[in-house]
This record gives sequence, structure tokens and C-alpha cells, in this order.
Amino acid sequence: MNLLLKKISLPLTDFPLVIDVEIQNQVTAVFGPSGAGKTSLLDLIAGLRQPKSALVQLGDRVLTDTAAGTNVPTRHRQIGYVPQDLALFPHLSVRENLLYGRKGIRTLDTLFSYEHITQVLEIGPLVNRRTTNLSGGEKQRVALARALLASPHLLLLDEPLASLDTVLKSKIIPYLARIRGEFHIPMLYVTHDWSEVQALCSEALIMERGQIVRRELIAG
Amino acid sequence: MTGAEWQLLWFTAWVSAISTILILPFGLATAWLLARHDWPGKSLVETLVSLPLVMPPVATGLILLKVLGERGAVGGFFYRHFNVDIAFTWRGVLIALAVMSFPLLVRSTRVAFEQVNPRLEQIARTLGASNSRVFWTITLPLASHGVIGGMLLAFARALGEFGATIMVAGYITGKTATLSTEIYHSFNNGEDAHAYRLLGLSVALAFLAVWSSEWFMRRRTSAR
Repeated sequence: MNLLLKKISLPLTDFPLVIDVEIQNQVTAVFGPSGAGKTSLLDLIAGLRQPKSALVQLGDRVLTDTAAGTNVPTRHRQIGYVPQDLALFPHLSVRENLLYGRKGIRTLDTLFSYEHITQVLEIGPLVNRRTTNLSGGEKQRVALARALLASPHLLLLDEPLASLDTVLKSKIIPYLARIRGEFHIPMLYVTHDWSEVQALCSEALIMERGQIVRRELIAG
Repeated sequence: MTGAEWQLLWFTAWVSAISTILILPFGLATAWLLARHDWPGKSLVETLVSLPLVMPPVATGLILLKVLGERGAVGGFFYRHFNVDIAFTWRGVLIALAVMSFPLLVRSTRVAFEQVNPRLEQIARTLGASNSRVFWTITLPLASHGVIGGMLLAFARALGEFGATIMVAGYITGKTATLSTEIYHSFNNGEDAHAYRLLGLSVALAFLAVWSSEWFMRRRTSAR
């Protein structure tokens, strides 16, 4: 992956988000304390927030270029997003949630097939249940599967394990590792837990008050 | 209950239901725009939508009469081009009820839309959904209890409307008379028994509509 985030400027409540970075690793952590602007950065990449200025380019595809007036709508960006609260649709079944992003996708790629993804994340037995009846770990896997089923070119994970206890975390991390190993989708992984960074990521961008203050390569 | 009273009840309920259905698409669109977007003139539209709630209903009725009468801008157009009268017909009743109940529908529906977590709509967009698909598959289903509650409230308001109706449509037995105008007319003419029967009916209907509306609103709250 080559994700270019240049001349990013987005006013936040207490400070502006100012980013200028090029990311090339498969799984990159965005690490920092709460309120550092990590979620705002993901929102901006997904096209959910409009920056004052920005150049966002994924591979050779320009998603946002304020100077040129380019702004690809969120729905055309092909960026999977698993927010912190997971945002599973409560009125739909697990299956309906999973298939929500499949509309209009005609892919013969078995890697991203419904069968393969539900098998990798072991959610086959859950598909007929309501999302409101799932445990925390099950919800997490359904949200990951839903994002993957839309065949994204980039996966944004916003503190996916923050709401889970240590036992559940240790159960979900292998699934995330499987996603990394099987699907080869570049991921931006927001967290403030360094053990997650070490378990899953190859590089960490350390954020404080809206800026990347340091980059660290993680020894694999 | 006499046959004429049943007929009056049927007419009032029918015209109230049609007026509620008539304002539904406009109410949904207005409520959604107010709940989900900021745009120039928004506060002006908010004020205009709420005006019928606070203005004297007869004043609203007078404005409608001026617009919908044979010499009015809208009424005159329909009369000249289609030979259709609006004022002092069932159409006038329908429009008066629609205008008077519109604010209640918009207010309830707006609250329902505002209570839908915007993050769900955003994530639906990241999954490739267009704005209209997001509305029909996420926003509206999640707001449905509030929307139905708002429709019932608007229906209840329409059932009891008097001031605007009497101005736009008058009181014409078998043509424009509704429960409320009939109660007023009967009481003025000393037909107390008739007036009290209709009064009881009005109370029962209003109670049922408001109670159902509250029930749907409560379901909306408990569903979150």
C-alpha cells in the first residue's frame, strides 16, 4: 500500500489536525492518547469529514485534493471502516448486516466471498441472529466481516478492541492477524494499547494533539 | 348514534387520514432536512413550519381562504383551468387539516431522525450506499416508531381541527361538516344531546390516537 496524506489541515475543537505523511506498510498503527485526533484522521480518510486542506491518495487514486477540487464521495472510496462503537445496524440481522455492502459488487474473487469471510471469522452460526443478541467479541467479528465483504482497498480500524476485556482481546487478535495474513488489505489501526501495536502492526505513527510526533518500526 | 352521525364520523376520519398521508412525504423531507443538514434559511423554514402551531387557527384559515378562494392565487388557478372549487368544499377541509397538522408531524419526525445515530448512516456510506439507500434502509426504519407516532399525532390534530376548517370550508352539512364544526353548530342550535354524543366520540377518538402515538414514541425510546 501507498497511502499519501499530504498537507492535511482540519480544525478540531482544541487544536488543528495537521498531518503530512506517506504510509507504505501493510498494517500501520495510529497510536496516541484519547483526543489526539486519531478518529478524526480516519474520518477524513473515509471522506466523512471535510478538511480545510488535504491531499489523500491511495495507490494511484486521488481521493481528496482540495487544491484541485477533488473529493471522491465516501460511498465510492472503497474504504472499509470499523468504528469504535462498531455501528452494526440494530434493525437488521447479522446476515443483512454482512450483505449490506455487497450490493452492486460483482466479484468472482473467492477471497472476498461471503463463504470465505464468514469461515475465516467463524461467524457462520451467527448469521440468522439479531446483532443486538451478540456478545462483544461476536459483534467485533461481524463488524470486521461486514467491512471486508465490501471488498475494500483500505481498512480503517478505530480501536477495535477498546471495549473488550483482556480475555476477549486475546481471542480477537488472532482473527485480526488472520485478516492481515489472508486478505493483504492495507490497514490503519487506531489504538492506545501498545501491546496491540506489537501484536499486529509493522509500523506505528505516534500522534499527539493532532500531529504525528514520531514514527516507529515494530520489530516483527 | 344516528346514521348521520356515523357518516359524519366517517367523513372526519377519512379526510383526517387522507390529509395525514398527503403531508407525509413533505413532512418526512422537511424533517430530514432540518434534522440532518444546515443550510441558509433553515431557521426561517423552522419558524414557518411551526407558525400554524402558535397562530390563531382562524388566522391561518383566513390566509388559506385568501389563497384558495376563487379569487386567490391557487384557488383561482384551479377554478379557471380545471373548473374546480377548493374553498367551501371537502378539498378545503383537506387542505386546512393538512396545514394545521403539518407542524406536529414535522416536529415528531424530526426528533425521531435526530435520535438515529449518524454514525450508522456514515458507516452505511462507507459500505457503498447512496444517500437515498441510506435513508430508506437505515434512517427511516430506525426512525419508524417516531414517524408513526408523529403521523398519529397529526391525525389526532386533524380530527379536532376547527378554526381553520370553518374559515376555509365553512359548515355545510353532508359536504364540509366535521366532528368539531358539527359540535359547535349543534350546541349553538340547542341540539345538546347530539352535541354531547359527538363530544364523547371526539374524546374517545382523540384519546385513542394520542395514546397510540405515545405508545409508538415509547417503543422508539426503549428500542435504543
